[in-house]
Amino acid sequence: MNLSNGVAPVLSARGVSFAYGPEPVLEDVGVELSSGEFVALVGPNGSGKSTLVRVLVGLLTPRSGTVRLFGEPPDRLRRRWRVGYVPQRLRIAPDLPVTVGEVVATGRLPRQGWWRRTRPADRAAVDHALESAGLADLRRRPLAELSGGQQQRVLIAKALASEPELLILDEPVAGVDAAAQRQFRDSLVHLVEEHGAAVLLISHELGAVADDLDRVIVLKRRVVFDGPPAELAATGVSLGIHADDLPLWLEELA
Amino acid sequence: MDAMPGMPWPLPWPFDRTYMQLALVAGMVVGAAAPCVGTFLVQKRLSLLGDGLGHAAVAGVGAGLLVGTGPTWTALAVAVGAAVVVEWLRTRGSASGDLALALIFYGGIAAGVVLASRSTDANLQPYLFGSILTVGPDDAYAVLGLGAAIVATVAVTGRALLAVVLDEESARVSGIPARLLNVLLAVLTAVTIVASMRVVGVLLVAALMVLPVASARLVARSFRGTMLGAVAVGLTSVVLGLAASRQWALASGGTIVLVAVATFVVVSVFQAVRAGAARPDAGGLLSGPG
Repeated sequence: MNLSNGVAPVLSARGVSFAYGPEPVLEDVGVELSSGEFVALVGPNGSGKSTLVRVLVGLLTPRSGTVRLFGEPPDRLRRRWRVGYVPQRLRIAPDLPVTVGEVVATGRLPRQGWWRRTRPADRAAVDHALESAGLADLRRRPLAELSGGQQQRVLIAKALASEPELLILDEPVAGVDAAAQRQFRDSLVHLVEEHGAAVLLISHELGAVADDLDRVIVLKRRVVFDGPPAELAATGVSLGIHADDLPLWLEELA
Repeated sequence: MDAMPGMPWPLPWPFDRTYMQLALVAGMVVGAAAPCVGTFLVQKRLSLLGDGLGHAAVAGVGAGLLVGTGPTWTALAVAVGAAVVVEWLRTRGSASGDLALALIFYGGIAAGVVLASRSTDANLQPYLFGSILTVGPDDAYAVLGLGAAIVATVAVTGRALLAVVLDEESARVSGIPARLLNVLLAVLTAVTIVASMRVVGVLLVAALMVLPVASARLVARSFRGTMLGAVAVGLTSVVLGLAASRQWALASGGTIVLVAVATFVVVSVFQAVRAGAARPDAGGLLSGPG
């Protein structure tokens, strides 16, 4: 279904270093993702996770090293809808009158062409995104009336609406209840299994997805671990058991 | 040609005369176009951009009066130029950028006053506060053209502008040209100011971009609803304001804006009463238990 399957990684970063000031935030970081892979990026607070995400999607330029999305540098990627990005939190002003459906529909614009008419296929994709995030009943509700967990799902549905081939989520479930986390897990697994997309999930709370992950990457300014969850468990850190205090456990990891 | 085709149209008082009908045409175009653009400005917290660009546009009016070309097109050139510079300064986001805005806005209005004082027909008043009852057919056609361009542009780019309003960073990552759209919004604001110049004047135009939106978003639940509601308030303000200004011989631009202010007050009170009724316990002092 995906022509690039097995040919080139959808995401690759090599030797990436970054600093805001004199102190380096990322040092010689290497990350690779192939389509159909579900990978978690974890690390203690201040380990450079969010910075790495911003470098990967092209919002920041690394000091050294290379980033490739579908084989292209981020600023030269043509069909940008192939990369879905879910930011850390909703930056929408609480007094902005906008419905769930309106927000999710803007997520389709990169794919349909922002100046083009909405076609039936675009409407269907938006409906599908709303459904797989469990928001079909809420589409006419104003965003401000939703709970924090529901608002996070709106952001995810917005990213899903362009049917991305790579989805990068920056701590999307912080402070979300267990039921919402399960629904969240289902929509990600759906994206990986049904659409063959690659997912890079940055999170502290991996309890809900622990069994679905192909790999875990532990970042502490540099990559200190990259492998299957079982291998990480052998070092004494279990995503399922240490779900609540994962950052503390990762602090111990060399 | 002294009017638009078929004028005076068979309309009831107060719009039975040709000059009132020309005013109505220009006023309704502005009453619809200004809130369309304003909906995005309010949500981006750029409510005062219209005011600033309005000040800058005075330089264009002054230049037009001095050269004798008619100030619409010179004002358009200056306002659009100022919009592009302002947006460029805004993206740099520095404190000196803030002062640079003051330089452009007050430099613009001061230059306008000085330029106009050198011309033989040195009356800035109709452009500062509007003079809708003296709108001629040429003015009405110019306003119609500018208004149509504004509404058509918003119709095509509105969804993308909303995407940028919602989350500029995500929009950029996904390939929506956020910077270009920000410049476009600033340019749309400039065009709206020039279209509104003869209707409410450059000093009051920001009111017509912002106040109807402020009223509409108290009631609306969606972005689309906010925009349609704001257009409805804008049109109502123009029609009622024109009627009142004819009935009591009031300055039309100021009257239109005061109707928009009154609408906001009425809607706010209505919403407060309704919110109070929806929460009986919030009745407070009077309805407290025993």
